Amino acid sequence: MTSAAAPSSLRARAAALGAALPPLLAAADHLAASVAFGEHGRRRAGQGDEFWQYRQAHSGDAARAIDWRRSALGDVQYVREREWQSAQSVSLWVDASASMSFTGDKSRPAKSDRAQLLALALASLLLRGGERVGLMGDLAPPRPGRAQLERLAAALLQNSIGDDRSGQAKRIAGYTLPPETGEKRIENYPSAPDYGRPEVTGIAPHGRVVLISDFMGDLAGVEAAMAAATDRGARGVLLQVLDPAEETFPFDGRTIFTSMGGSLRFETLRAGDLRARYRARLAERRDRLAQLARAAGWHLASHDTGQGAQPVLLWLYKALEAAL
Amino acid sequence: MWMIGPLGFAAPLILLALVALPVLWILLRAVPPAPILRRFPGVTLLLGLKDEDSETDRTPWWLLLLRAAALTAAIFGFAGPILNPTPADPGSDAPLLIVMDGSWADARDWPRRVERAEMIAENAGRAGRTLALIRLTDAPQAPQFQAADALMPRLGGLQPQPFAPADMARWIAALPSQAFDTYWISDGLAHPGRADLLAALQTIGTVRVFETPRPLLALRPVTFQDGAVQLTADRLPAGSQSEVEVSARGLDPAGIERELARATLTFATGQTTAETALNLPPELRNRLTRFEISGQRHAGAVTLTDDSLKRRKVALIGGGAGREGLLLLSPTHYLEQALAPVADLVTGNLADVITANPDVIVLADIARVTGEEANALIKWVEKGGLLLRFAGPKLAASDIARSEEDPLLPVRLREGGRELGGAMSWGDPKTLAAFPEGSPFFGLPVPPEVSVKAQVLAQPDPDLAARTIATLEDGTPLVTRKVLGQGQVVLVHVTANAEWSSLPLSGLFVQMLERLAISTRPALPEAADLKGQTFQADTVLDAFGAVQAPQGLPGVKGEDLAGAAPGPDLPPGLYAGEDRRVALNVIGADTRLSPAEWPASVPVEGAVAQAEMPLKGAALALALCLLMVDVLAALRLSGRLGALTAALSLLLLAPPQAQAQGADAFAIEATTELRLAYVVTGDTKVDQLSKQGLDGLRQQLFARTTIEPAEPMGVDLEADELAFFPFLYWPVTADQPIPSVAAYGKLNQFLRTGGMILFDTRDAGMAGGTSPESRRLQLIAAALDIPPLEQVPPDHVLTRTFYLLQDFPGRQNGPIWVEQAPPDAAQADGMPFRSLNDGVTPVVIGGNDWAAAWAVDDRGVPVYPVGRGSTGERQREIAWRFGINIIMHVFTGNYKSDQVHVPALLERLGQ
Repeated sequence: MTSAAAPSSLRARAAALGAALPPLLAAADHLAASVAFGEHGRRRAGQGDEFWQYRQAHSGDAARAIDWRRSALGDVQYVREREWQSAQSVSLWVDASASMSFTGDKSRPAKSDRAQLLALALASLLLRGGERVGLMGDLAPPRPGRAQLERLAAALLQNSIGDDRSGQAKRIAGYTLPPETGEKRIENYPSAPDYGRPEVTGIAPHGRVVLISDFMGDLAGVEAAMAAATDRGARGVLLQVLDPAEETFPFDGRTIFTSMGGSLRFETLRAGDLRARYRARLAERRDRLAQLARAAGWHLASHDTGQGAQPVLLWLYKALEAAL
Repeated sequence: MWMIGPLGFAAPLILLALVALPVLWILLRAVPPAPILRRFPGVTLLLGLKDEDSETDRTPWWLLLLRAAALTAAIFGFAGPILNPTPADPGSDAPLLIVMDGSWADARDWPRRVERAEMIAENAGRAGRTLALIRLTDAPQAPQFQAADALMPRLGGLQPQPFAPADMARWIAALPSQAFDTYWISDGLAHPGRADLLAALQTIGTVRVFETPRPLLALRPVTFQDGAVQLTADRLPAGSQSEVEVSARGLDPAGIERELARATLTFATGQTTAETALNLPPELRNRLTRFEISGQRHAGAVTLTDDSLKRRKVALIGGGAGREGLLLLSPTHYLEQALAPVADLVTGNLADVITANPDVIVLADIARVTGEEANALIKWVEKGGLLLRFAGPKLAASDIARSEEDPLLPVRLREGGRELGGAMSWGDPKTLAAFPEGSPFFGLPVPPEVSVKAQVLAQPDPDLAARTIATLEDGTPLVTRKVLGQGQVVLVHVTANAEWSSLPLSGLFVQMLERLAISTRPALPEAADLKGQTFQADTVLDAFGAVQAPQGLPGVKGEDLAGAAPGPDLPPGLYAGEDRRVALNVIGADTRLSPAEWPASVPVEGAVAQAEMPLKGAALALALCLLMVDVLAALRLSGRLGALTAALSLLLLAPPQAQAQGADAFAIEATTELRLAYVVTGDTKVDQLSKQGLDGLRQQLFARTTIEPAEPMGVDLEADELAFFPFLYWPVTADQPIPSVAAYGKLNQFLRTGGMILFDTRDAGMAGGTSPESRRLQLIAAALDIPPLEQVPPDHVLTRTFYLLQDFPGRQNGPIWVEQAPPDAAQADGMPFRSLNDGVTPVVIGGNDWAAAWAVDDRGVPVYPVGRGSTGERQREIAWRFGINIIMHVFTGNYKSDQVHVPALLERLGQ
């Protein structure tokens, strides 16, 4: 992108981002508020704010560690212990590929919308619990605090909206756009890749990883990402977000199917006949994912955009809590 | 023409295209339906799958059959199939006379008759015969035989006449002696002398007759009976039961002719006459100009109306009413008897009837009218009213119009009047003189038995002679008239009863009222009625029933017009005389339709049982229908029908009426009692809270104040009307939709007309306007008509409308914002507050989550805790007090603010 085109396009993108950000944040907050606060302590004594227990002072305890108010009740000196609260780093990956922009019905959100919403709601929950949350792929390094939520939202939207023009997308797609015709060409050229492949950078050691995608592309990428994460001692959660149309395959008649980017193409004369076989293949793929997850000690769930986001957020939170 | 059995083809060569059908069969089988292009991420899972059934790329056999049938139907249709085509007729070589009736009854299918004549002429021309054409409605003259080519141009320009042929005898005399054949294109009616003409023609040569089977409908002149317009229609021939629509047309108030009413006449089976009555209000009836049978295009189906339908509104006001038992002496009795059948009578006192705006007001022996009534009466006359006054003892005894002319009397009157033929007088009762020319009564016969015994006398003023329109035989004025503005004032110098004269007992009285355009005429004018008047055609009808402007028609004498049948010199139409209009219709009151009877020796064409029936349209329509079915079938095959049916079912299921009914129910519910309202946000929990909160506030208001609202209501900004509510509670949620433009219009109207909105961001104002709710509120309020705001000052009227308050807590306790006080607000003397703005603040904005503090459940128990312990309960109490204060502020406006002035007012009153 030339420097002449940059300011105007940056402003336009910023405006677009600003328009989408508050509703997404509000919706994510709204969703997160519906999940009750769990315990985030480590359930043992350590650094923290919350009272954990009184124990008798040992030798070696500093005099200032002794709780004099409690000790004055008896003859024994007590030390007031606090619950150990440690912050975990959670790295999120939301598939920003073209296939995520699919929706089978105008009344349903695109898969990417739902995926972003879930990611942000989960981030909101985790941040409230004091964890550090970031995005994989150097988009946003894990940080704690409420302000991180806005950064995450911006980065997520940037990744999906601004993909078209970001260098990263171009790298992946393998071609560059002529700058002067940028606006026009983007309509015609899908610049995001058809199917996503998790970025393995930005995973904190012993952190937690959340991968949200439709997992329709090559599973080798996912496998590699999981292996890379496991190498760093990180465990995590896989969430497959699918549109109901992808689950039920409600098509019929002579049809040419293309992938969202148009790189793949398949023609059938009677789509209805393929339904059973398609669903068998989908189940097979899910089994494969489950196997992968089981082998690595990860959790896997599948979510349907035709249903509400709350149950799956609850599941995500519980699964992550168990993994923490 | 190529025939197969009863079926003929106009273009049989096109049928050869049927050979191409098998080619189509092969072609269609090769081309599968077009594919749909779908973007679908799951395509990765599909790659490598094979279609099981390789046959499906061929069009299925039933679709092929459908398309072949459509094509066959189209080819068949374009070949021009005709069922029962008429064969050509044989000819002879004698000259041919074409006789056309050319009457109004021909107009119903005139083009067809001309076509027929042209066909006959062409055939005759091809056979080398000479031709002549006569139209029986023309003046009789000997037919000129000439070549067909010379005749054809005349045929095209031939038009029917709006009357019936009459002079058959002269036509017989005009027939040439040479031998010729005759082709008679008859209108199907028996005209007088037709049989003689037929006999004369038959002696000369062969006669063939053409008649169309199309029924003839005619409308008789309408009459007015029993308060309704009586419609009568005739038909020929009498067939099975059928209905015709008669449309009554007239000018609307803007002067444009349009249909004013419509009636349906039902012919019973075997009957030729149908009747019905059309009940119309007088205002509408007076506007009618013509009736026509809809769908009939000939003059017989049109009947013009003249004055006979018009009913004038006449107000009768008699002086000495109320004398029981002396009906015949009542001053208005004879007037009522004369006018009741022909006019709409209005009775009552003068002031009332003037407002009813009658056409005529009759004052029978009323001398004085009060000043105000007189002014109204003069104004009414000047606008075109007719004031008819009758003399009588009271008028004679009063001193009205003695020294100077009264505007409501045409002449000055001499005191006392005179009596003739009484026991104490020498003279005999006087009779009437013949009416002078120029008088509206001119031409009416004067019956000798009418005599006058007493009358009031006019002063001999200079214009007395000009104002006199009827005199006694000695020259004393009997009826005088003067023009006042656009109207006129007429005085009859005798009483309206038989006390002073026998005039009211005679038929002349009724005729005079008619001539004065007070009463309406009977439907059929008699020659005597019209005698002495000349009529000019106003509009004339052509044979097709269309209204034409008359051109070059001379005036018609009244006696010729009465009871006349239309003819060449007297076309049907509307004739206007001096003061009345007479309609001359094609169908007179006693015209009866009778069918032409042809002897068995005369062949009659046109009424063949098996008419030609072209099938081209039907075949093409069938082809189109099949193609449409094919479209659906093709959609179904390619899997695109699902979306289509879904859209259709959505369209069909949506009930459009429910909303309107809902709006009514909402309005009734909102207005039968005072209701507090909250804005529905779409967030069920918030809405529930608002409802409970306002309910809690309502209970507190009910218990503590005289404001007693009913259950609160939720308001949908987009759908509901806001004007019913004085107060809106609007909890702002972060994801609330921005109202539409229409909703903003309603909200601004609400704010401008004194409504108040309490915005509650429920964030305690903690975030300094950066919480999601606050940001949403800023977005929402940007388009609202909100004045500059300030944080509520300690002397704002909200602090003392009912309770004295310092803060305004809800569940939180943050600052609130109200409309800014004017900068020039000054501290009042001796008062702890300034005299502040007059109005009610249109908005109150805060974040104290008031609804939560107010909210009570069904048992009246608070739903949410406020604060801790008794402090919290105190805070809830203050929250309620704030709610009461704000509602008080809404309802009492600046009342409390005005209390500031009480000391000054008391001081001024000297207390």
